[in-house]
Amino acid sequence: MRRGNIIKLVTLVLLVAATVALSIKPLTNPDPAKGIPLGLDLRGGVHLVLQAEPNKNGTPITNDDMDKAKAIIAKRVNDLGVSEPIVQTDYVNKRMVIDLAGVSDPDKAVDILKTTAKLTFRDPQGNIVLQGDELSDAKAGLDPTNAGSFVVNLTFSHDGTIKFGDLTTKYLGQQIGIYLDDKLLKNPKVAVPILSGQAQIDNYTTLEAAAKDAVLMRSGSLPVSMSVAEKRQVGASLGIDSLHKSIKAGIYGLIFIFLFMFVCYRLPGVVADFSLIVYSLIVLWIFWMFRVVLTLPGIAGFILSIGMAVDFNIIIYERIKDEVRAGKSLRAGVESGFSRAFITVIDAHVTTFIAAMTLYYFGTGSIRGFALTLGVGIIASLFTAITFTRLVLRLVVGISPKLRQHGLALGGRHNGKRASSGL
Amino acid sequence: MEKGHPAAYDEVQKIHPLYFNIVKKRYWWFALSLLVIVPGIISLFMQGLNLGIDFKGGTMIEMTFKKPVTQTAITDTMKSVGLEGPVQLSNGNTALIRTTALDQAKQNELMTALQTKVGEYEKTTLKVDLVGPAMGQELTRNAFKALIIAIGLMIAYISFRFQFVFAISGIIALLHDVLVVVGLFSLFQWQIDSTFVAAVLTIFGYSINDTVVIFDRIRENEAKMKRRDSYEDMVNKSVWQTMHRSVNTVITVLIALFSIFILGGESTKVFSLAMLIGVFSGAYSSIFNASQILVEIKKHMKHTRGKGGKAVRT
Repeated sequence: MRRGNIIKLVTLVLLVAATVALSIKPLTNPDPAKGIPLGLDLRGGVHLVLQAEPNKNGTPITNDDMDKAKAIIAKRVNDLGVSEPIVQTDYVNKRMVIDLAGVSDPDKAVDILKTTAKLTFRDPQGNIVLQGDELSDAKAGLDPTNAGSFVVNLTFSHDGTIKFGDLTTKYLGQQIGIYLDDKLLKNPKVAVPILSGQAQIDNYTTLEAAAKDAVLMRSGSLPVSMSVAEKRQVGASLGIDSLHKSIKAGIYGLIFIFLFMFVCYRLPGVVADFSLIVYSLIVLWIFWMFRVVLTLPGIAGFILSIGMAVDFNIIIYERIKDEVRAGKSLRAGVESGFSRAFITVIDAHVTTFIAAMTLYYFGTGSIRGFALTLGVGIIASLFTAITFTRLVLRLVVGISPKLRQHGLALGGRHNGKRASSGL
Repeated sequence: MEKGHPAAYDEVQKIHPLYFNIVKKRYWWFALSLLVIVPGIISLFMQGLNLGIDFKGGTMIEMTFKKPVTQTAITDTMKSVGLEGPVQLSNGNTALIRTTALDQAKQNELMTALQTKVGEYEKTTLKVDLVGPAMGQELTRNAFKALIIAIGLMIAYISFRFQFVFAISGIIALLHDVLVVVGLFSLFQWQIDSTFVAAVLTIFGYSINDTVVIFDRIRENEAKMKRRDSYEDMVNKSVWQTMHRSVNTVITVLIALFSIFILGGESTKVFSLAMLIGVFSGAYSSIFNASQILVEIKKHMKHTRGKGGKAVRT
């Protein structure tokens, strides 16, 4: 019995050690697709909330408009070459939430995304006669006739080709305006009717400027105009810095909690520390499995939950002390202490869980990440205590039912004295 | 029966070297709490909270210049593009600029002006937050909604598991903690952001958790009360029986929070500070207020029922 317990305990310790060793790599994999995904505040990027502005003529914004806008914005995001962009639609508030990680020039990205980009061709009187929807492609390139200058080459769709042909025939010799939103791009005089469906906007001084407009024209115009309701932009190295800082905070917090538990409870304190490691592993693996995006407040929530997870052990140990003090053997004390403490812990944790859930439900952005880690933490700590802590405590008690006499009593001096007199 | 812990009252006293009647002195604890809360509430009415851009809307730029800069250089540059707002400098070259909500064009204008007039800055450590005014209002509204719903759910749960009086006492202790945190933040005019809301709501969850553990012991001891036992003494005993736990748990949580506060960097400072105050106050109100309020309410209920006569333990 005793030897068997020692073997079990040693196996368990080795098992946990091995799991920790094997977990480090997959969990900290910097590839966001493989490791725990990190939020923009930790790896740098832009979080954007675009608000669809009510139409000037008073027609309501439909969900269909939002879907169209989403498709167009997604197209533009892809053109920016961002990895794993997130574009979400909030139909209720008519908003678009866009997360772009690691963009090199966030300001430009914001510029491109929120532009309505309505390409229009207007007659000499300023009336819109043709729209950008009729385009099939727009590409930036070198100006073949003017070295050092750049152009956007437009290709019209079938319908667009016909309309553009009619337009250039009708206004032959006159000036037509090409506008992007309300910005006049070009005001060319029609020399010959253009029937090929090809047109060119020239006079860009840089290829970048031409490419930007090409992206906008190619993706089409947004059905609604968008304004920036919220923007959170974090530089890449600032994010890494925050990540390192919070990991450091977590490690120091953990070390001091370990020390405190050891000083307070000795051997059972070590059991608690051990449970904390298992707890942390479970939480991190849950994050990994469910692709929970780890944010700065999320990490803070996690560190806080470590402090709270120990509570379970403390409640149990204090309870066991009470039971032993009341004259029970240590083994019986562990069993009854456990089952009694469980009721306490459930009641206490349900209330915290209620807070976490309401926070998650009503929170936005970073607050949500925090609530999620807190909620996961509560469930994981319950799980760890019921399974792991209980098992280890039983094994430890099984090995040495007279722990107290070895000076490793659960709890301090008073306890030992009182309990032995009680026996 | 076996589940119980028949520890007699005097035995509980002996375990704790610092023992004193914590319930009898309750008016002192209430007074101490009011001493902290009342100035906070007055300040809240007089000057309110120092709201950050998360609530008011605005732009906040955190930038590190390659060379040390002066505050006036930045303020002057802002004026030159028609902007104003507080500028905070730290480490000589890191600036925190707050101003009204800027659109992209205006922001670009400001950044270019800063670059040419103040100096080159590190692009990779730039942090820009822009919050429209509508978003800020939404945050506040949602926070209040969350608070009220959380209170409702907690009252329901505690009434179901304990009694309604327990729920009311617990919630009063809870509001105490929130008022302490909000009051101190108002008193010292520390600026709050959206993480403050998260902190207040977590304090909500944490503080009640702390209280419930003591209530759990009261519930257990109450069931075993003999006729001549006084409620006050039973509660006092329960508070002391859970004292080790109350103290040890708050220490571990405070350790975790201190490490976030000291090492976690600027972005989590507001959060961890609010949590530190809240957790400390939560532990205090759990030990010194919640159960005492319960005793007080029970006493009044007894009086109104006409039974009268305080049962004093002899």
